[in-house]
Amino acid sequence: MENAQPGGAPQFRRVARFVSPTDRGFAAIVYAGSALFALLILGLFIELLLGSWPSIAKFGPAFIWHSAWNPIANQFGALPMIYGTVVTSLIAIILAAFIGILAAVYLADFAPRWLAAPLSFLIELLAAVPSVVYGLWGLFVLAPFVRTSIGPALQSVLGWTPLFSGPIYGVGLLTGGLILALMIVPTVTAISRDVVAAIPRDLREASMALGSTKWETAMRVVLPAARVGVFGACVLALGRALGETIAVTMVIGNRPEISASLFAPSYTLASVIANEFTEATTDIYISALIQLGLILFFVSVVVNALARVMIWSVRGSERTL
Amino acid sequence: MASSVSAIAERDLPARYKGLGRRRFNSFLGTGLALFCALVAAASLLAILGYVVRQGVGAINWEFLTDVPHPIGVPGGGVGNGIVGSLIIIGIATLMALPVGLLTGIYLALFGRGVLPESLRFLSDVLSGVPSIAIGLFAYALLVAPFKHFSAFSASFAFMMLMLPLLVRTSEQAIRTVPQTVREGALALGMSNFRATIQIVLPTALPAIVTALLLAIARVTGETAPLLFTAFGSQFWETNPGNPMAELSLQVFTYAISPYPSWQAQAWGGALLLIVAVFVLSLGARLMLARAMRGLSE
Repeated sequence: MENAQPGGAPQFRRVARFVSPTDRGFAAIVYAGSALFALLILGLFIELLLGSWPSIAKFGPAFIWHSAWNPIANQFGALPMIYGTVVTSLIAIILAAFIGILAAVYLADFAPRWLAAPLSFLIELLAAVPSVVYGLWGLFVLAPFVRTSIGPALQSVLGWTPLFSGPIYGVGLLTGGLILALMIVPTVTAISRDVVAAIPRDLREASMALGSTKWETAMRVVLPAARVGVFGACVLALGRALGETIAVTMVIGNRPEISASLFAPSYTLASVIANEFTEATTDIYISALIQLGLILFFVSVVVNALARVMIWSVRGSERTL
Repeated sequence: MASSVSAIAERDLPARYKGLGRRRFNSFLGTGLALFCALVAAASLLAILGYVVRQGVGAINWEFLTDVPHPIGVPGGGVGNGIVGSLIIIGIATLMALPVGLLTGIYLALFGRGVLPESLRFLSDVLSGVPSIAIGLFAYALLVAPFKHFSAFSASFAFMMLMLPLLVRTSEQAIRTVPQTVREGALALGMSNFRATIQIVLPTALPAIVTALLLAIARVTGETAPLLFTAFGSQFWETNPGNPMAELSLQVFTYAISPYPSWQAQAWGGALLLIVAVFVLSLGARLMLARAMRGLSE
């Protein structure tokens, strides 16, 4: 670790001079491997673009705001799926941000050591649970629970708003959002905890010396100082929620409709691809589905680039996410 | 001490500084709320885990682990072909991802500055955020559509894409964390850069690289989405990577959304197997990481 600067990147010192034949060959192989890696990523973009070209050429930009998805009549509009994706992800990020940030503050600033380690460990394991297991649990435990308990309770209090009106099926936007929230809480917690822990001690000590309680210090000094990084953690988690496929597919209800009620079945960009791709018979149908994948690709690139810039600005780029 | 200081403050300070008792009470509530949030997150893991174990244990027996799926109505059957399929698909993916990821990591570590490495790093980070279903579409377009034939190999290709970003960034960091003096020492003894990298730097960085590899394998073990239109699934013992193949997580998905209770019971059994596999891999990665840290601090 001698060449590591405190809190920053290890210094680059280029000592590699590749002159001997062995080294030239070595360098060539290294270059080739990296070039292949770059080609694969470019290939991903190009293949998605080529695959969606028939659909782009036929429907134009209207694809994005048309609300009819009826493959039999050759009508393809992405709006219901975009709506379902945005609503489920919003539910997820609101819940996950609240729980995740507070949990992170607790773990970084309040928890005694004997509690912080096992709690962090459990929350990080939550991130390792396979998506299909979340889906299975969501389908057989959470969805019935939403139908019999959470749904009626919400409806009895807030049933007068369109958001909580209508019949409760169990599967639908709300259940999808809840499952996603569970899946992204570890992301928010783990990164926010690192960011909060990276805030200098001096700030905390100064605040406490001025008479703040520990909690006031955490809320009014530490979190504001860490806000960019914490926000980045939330955006990164949002990116995961937007692209999550299998678990959502199992609990969303799979119906390409836009409905104001959170209890209504819906569809997301990823779940429509998962559900219909192998059954798509016409070329234009396949192409429309690939175009949904292209939209998903673009959204995830923008969201992730944003998130990483924000997290790096606070924590440094060293830890892989 | 602290309480006597605050007692003075309470009496002597202007009115707007008073109310320390109330502030303390609010802080107590806030801390409680934060603790509650951390417990909720941890408890939800235990809830899911407990439920899967309770439902899954009953489904697991020798036949479940070694037999192929039976048709509807025929009792018994298992996910043996899916377990073998997972091993084959993930094995091939690992064999493809390791050299590409390692070489790119070496490149980034040795030639770290400049426009090209920086853009490669950016691309790698972008790739790590691309939804797995989009990567599945890529594998489909590249390896399934032209041959009009689903194949396990196309699934391995998709998994390789999912493993690469983690491998690239971690091996880069692992190699860069090896002290420059170690490399310089090897060069001073007359080693070529090639030998210094292969014989000195890589072995030192090995525990960290193995950690990354285990995490990457854990990640794809839990993946299902890209398999839907690459590996596709199969009812038979299939070991030829050129053909459609069963895969454990895909079987869990298919069984879970089926209307048959006997299949749903098997889905819980499969889910338990998946969780155990992923947790063992994650724990292994943690142990390796601890070893890597120890090795570097010595």
